[in-house]
Amino acid sequence: MSAAEFGQQFINALSLGSIYALVAIGLAMVFSILRLINFAHGETLMIGAVAGVVLADRGLPWLIWLPLAVLITVGAGWLMERVAYRPMRGAPDVTLLLTSLGVSIALQNGALLTLGSQPRPFPTPAVLGGQIPLAGGVQISRVNLVTIAIAIVLMIALTWFVTRTQTGIAMRATAENAMAARLMGINTNTVIIAAFLIGAALAGVAGFLWGSRVGRVEYDMGFIPVLKAFVATVIGGFGSIPGAVLGAYILGFGEIFLVALLPDYLTSYRDAFIFVALILILLIRPQGILGSTEPEKI
Amino acid sequence: MLALHDVRVFYGAIEAVKGISFEVRQGELVTIVGANGAGKTTTLRTISGIYRPATGSITFEGQDLTALPSHEIVALGISQSPEGRLIFGSLSVRDNLMLGATRRADRATIPEDLDYIFSLFPVLGERINQSGGTLSGGEQQMLAIGRALMARPRLLLLDEPSLGLAPMLVNRIFAVISRLKETGVTILLVEQNARKALEVADRAYVMETGHIILEGDARSLATNPEIKKAYLGG
Repeated sequence: MSAAEFGQQFINALSLGSIYALVAIGLAMVFSILRLINFAHGETLMIGAVAGVVLADRGLPWLIWLPLAVLITVGAGWLMERVAYRPMRGAPDVTLLLTSLGVSIALQNGALLTLGSQPRPFPTPAVLGGQIPLAGGVQISRVNLVTIAIAIVLMIALTWFVTRTQTGIAMRATAENAMAARLMGINTNTVIIAAFLIGAALAGVAGFLWGSRVGRVEYDMGFIPVLKAFVATVIGGFGSIPGAVLGAYILGFGEIFLVALLPDYLTSYRDAFIFVALILILLIRPQGILGSTEPEKI
Repeated sequence: MLALHDVRVFYGAIEAVKGISFEVRQGELVTIVGANGAGKTTTLRTISGIYRPATGSITFEGQDLTALPSHEIVALGISQSPEGRLIFGSLSVRDNLMLGATRRADRATIPEDLDYIFSLFPVLGERINQSGGTLSGGEQQMLAIGRALMARPRLLLLDEPSLGLAPMLVNRIFAVISRLKETGVTILLVEQNARKALEVADRAYVMETGHIILEGDARSLATNPEIKKAYLGG
């Protein structure tokens, strides 16, 4: 691999990892507080992308439809918590997991009914199209650069939120010990809603970036990203937000460089390699890289 | 100030608290003593709204607490230093203390309360930026009490503040409890260390397997031969 090629793949990996990270953060946040693996989180991403298509069809410029689409995604996250998960509060983990699968299937079918089974082109804004030529024949696609930049900005904002704001600190406290948090006077409902809203907003942005990347929108487009985000959170340590981000970038780099380095006849097995790696991690270090080994609290 | 009447609490199918009634009056330091598993912690957690009583009433200054969520009970002026301390280990000492002030309306006086807590427990001031998990057991207990005080409670619930501490630290914690009482905070103290608790308290209740079996003023209970035999080591 030449240096130029390496540089290009490096940016690719960073960009892919950034999208996984944006999705994985929402998964990790909700899990850390509710012990809920929200598989329907992928559908929030899909809703964000679909909302973008629908709004752009109305002739709105992207600077208007993008924030609107994110707002709609946040609304979907709020509704999901209110309608599906809140009534299940305190139910066994397996019930929560099944609920999230149910929500996921329901939303996919809802999208299938309204959108049809045919992929629709994503209205990628013109500024995100094309490549930027760099020295040595390296070309970087604008969408990759924008993806990386947006992810960095959002992650800095999130770090500020969880370390500097009262709600953010309350969120970490609730994740660590919900009963102690309640004894402090923290309204854990507010914290849970905040986790869903923030996760949905990040997924909405990820929907936009993913749509721009693959150029199309489908009713089941959330499945692969959420599965990858799930792998990322397992690698990093489930429930840890920094872990989820770290896992997402490890996964992004793993995928891109596997394809770059493997002989052609093996590249289509990329996901198989990823999931074998997942199984190995679960066997060797089930708590993930940054996960704690503390025993389950009773 | 606080009154419980015929409160029963179930843990699944197990009845942990079997119809207890007691009261805490303004300015008092009341203690509930008893062995492990007597239902003391369950009682405190029920007052704080973590558990719900199956029957009975809990009132604070005439207001019914049994239907209120925990965070509103804290807002009314009841805060708790829980059994096992339950410090947020990944958060700094400062953040732990600030979380205690979650429900406070008068944010402007928070700095002077921090200073007050550092005067009670100087070591917390030295470790303000350290994460709670790095503190020793005694320091964590101080942090748990300090955190509860940050709510500026009118009723402070202390659950086993001396549990697992070395005798010297136990004395320090009880000295602080006495000092807090002098400042006018009403305190409900749950303790297995009956000797120490009866020394500082005004009145006491003795709990055994979910019932209150004895009550009275702390001094006379401390000399009660039955109590001496069962809880004070002869």
